[in-house]
Parts: sequence; C-alpha cells; structure tokens
Amino acid sequence: MAPFGIVFGAAAATAGLNMWQAVGYSALVFGGSSQFAAVEILGDGGSVASAAIAGLLLNVRSLAFGVIMARALAGPWWQRAAMSQLMIDESTAVGAAQEDLRWRRYGYLVAGLGVFGVWNLTTVIGFAVFSDAGDLITDLGLDAAGPAAFLALLWPRLVSPAQRRTAIAGALIALALIPVAPPGVPILASMFGVAVAAVWPPTEPASPVDEVSS
Amino acid sequence: MSAATSVLIIMTVGTYALKSAGPLVLGDRSLPVRMQQVVDLLPAALLAALAIVSTVGDGEQIVLDARLVGLVVAGLALWRRAPFVLVIVLASAATAFARLVA
Repeated sequence: MAPFGIVFGAAAATAGLNMWQAVGYSALVFGGSSQFAAVEILGDGGSVASAAIAGLLLNVRSLAFGVIMARALAGPWWQRAAMSQLMIDESTAVGAAQEDLRWRRYGYLVAGLGVFGVWNLTTVIGFAVFSDAGDLITDLGLDAAGPAAFLALLWPRLVSPAQRRTAIAGALIALALIPVAPPGVPILASMFGVAVAAVWPPTEPASPVDEVSS
Repeated sequence: MSAATSVLIIMTVGTYALKSAGPLVLGDRSLPVRMQQVVDLLPAALLAALAIVSTVGDGEQIVLDARLVGLVVAGLALWRRAPFVLVIVLASAATAFARLVA
C-alpha cells in the first residue's frame, strides 16, 4: 500500500498535476486503481470524459462492496454517509472476513482509516520527491513503474479462467485501438472484453491447463 | 478549470455515489447475478488494457521501447511472487538498463 501510494504520487507529478490535485484524488476519490487510470489517461493526452469514465468503471465494484457491508454499517444516515467513503478493497476484505456484525464494522473502519492515512501521506511523499525529477524519470526507468503497477494490480485477479480471458480480450481490444482512437478511448473500449470473455470460448468450463499464459 | 480538476470532481461525485449506494440506499440486498459477474470481471479488462497501453502507447502511436523490457521483468517478478516494491524496482531497473545498452 505505502509503495503504491508513492508510485501514484510520482505518476501524478509526471502527468502534470499539482500537489492539491494529487492529494484531492487520494482523499476525495480514494480508490487506488481508478486514480491511477485517470492520471495515466490524462498524462497521455486523453479527454476529460475518457479519463473520468475509465476511472469510474474501475470503481463500479465499490457498489458490490457496499451491499456486502451495508448491514454492518447500520446507524444514523450521516454515520453511514461518512463510513461509505472508506469503501475500498482492503476495508471490505478485512470487514467481510469477520462473522459478528460489530467486528465487521470495526475491521472495516480500522482497515479503511489505516489505508486512508497511509495512502494520502505516501501520495504527498511520492509527489514531492518526483515533482521536479524531469529526465530522472526516464534515466531511472521510472516510466516503467506505471505499467508494472497496473500489472501487479491485475495479477491476483488472474486466478480464474474467466478473469484471464477477460484480461486478454481487454488488452487485445486496447492494443488494436491505439493507432486509430484518441488516447483514453482504447482503455474505455477494453470494457467490452467482459462481453467477449462471456461468449468465448463457447464451451464451459475451460480447462485451466491450456489457459495458463505466462 | 484544468482537465485534471474536472476529472477529479466527476470521479469524486461518481465514486462516492457507488460507494454509498449500499449503506445509504440499497441495504444488504444482493446484486443481480449477471451484474455481479460483470462487476467482478470489469477490473481485469481495464487493468490489462492500462498495463498494455501504458507500456506501448504514446498518444495515437504504438512505440516499442525499453518500457516493454520493464513490463516483461515485472511479469516475471510477479510470477516468482515478488512483493510489490520489488516488482516496481526490478521493472524500473530493467528499463533503465535497457536504455543504457540500447
């Protein structure tokens, strides 16, 4: 989490954001992969719409987390409203692992607040360290940190054949569109990889053996 | 207003709506099965696209350069179960080295 925050801060600086914007993403949006996606697309010259929609698509899963955690987060509406901001992978994973409703809530809040603190602090550090880096970014190969981070986020999802098919389809769609579509659009279009993975191959379930790609 | 600020505002509002829909509106009802499947698979498609485009994309061009070496090394490191920091450091170092010898 901490090194990931530093990589995000550095990516925001490289993409030309100012410090307030970088911290704004980490505190107000507070969704690691979506922030990364938006900054990557903006840095590549993509439109506001493509950056925002790609970011939001990566956060659609928060909706699923919300219904999982809803019972544990009962209370006055303003409490539920405040606790909802912490609805991320880590807080949901820790909370949902508990049986008792009180412990679910406690785990969710502690994990959420912990990640929120570390994430924002490391965003500032990453931004500050790399904001004037200039040529240093390419000299140190730090422009490969973004791609490596996206791959690291993707990796744990590749456990099921459906996820692997979706990833391959999404990557191929995006790759094919780079030369013909404005920046950002290839990323957005990759969402149709979900549909491709649903119909191809037609026989289910696929053998995991011939699906292993690396 | 800069593009980054516009995106920030849209994503703040949209993301909060997604985060709070369960606790504030829907309660603990489960999502339709089809929708749950799409929600589960969406990140894989987008993250794979982001990995590829940030590696070989340069505006509207495909450019194969030292970043590709970094991505391959990152994949190998992840396959060997390296922690996140090591994956980033190895990918960056491999890219820097590839530039040096190219």
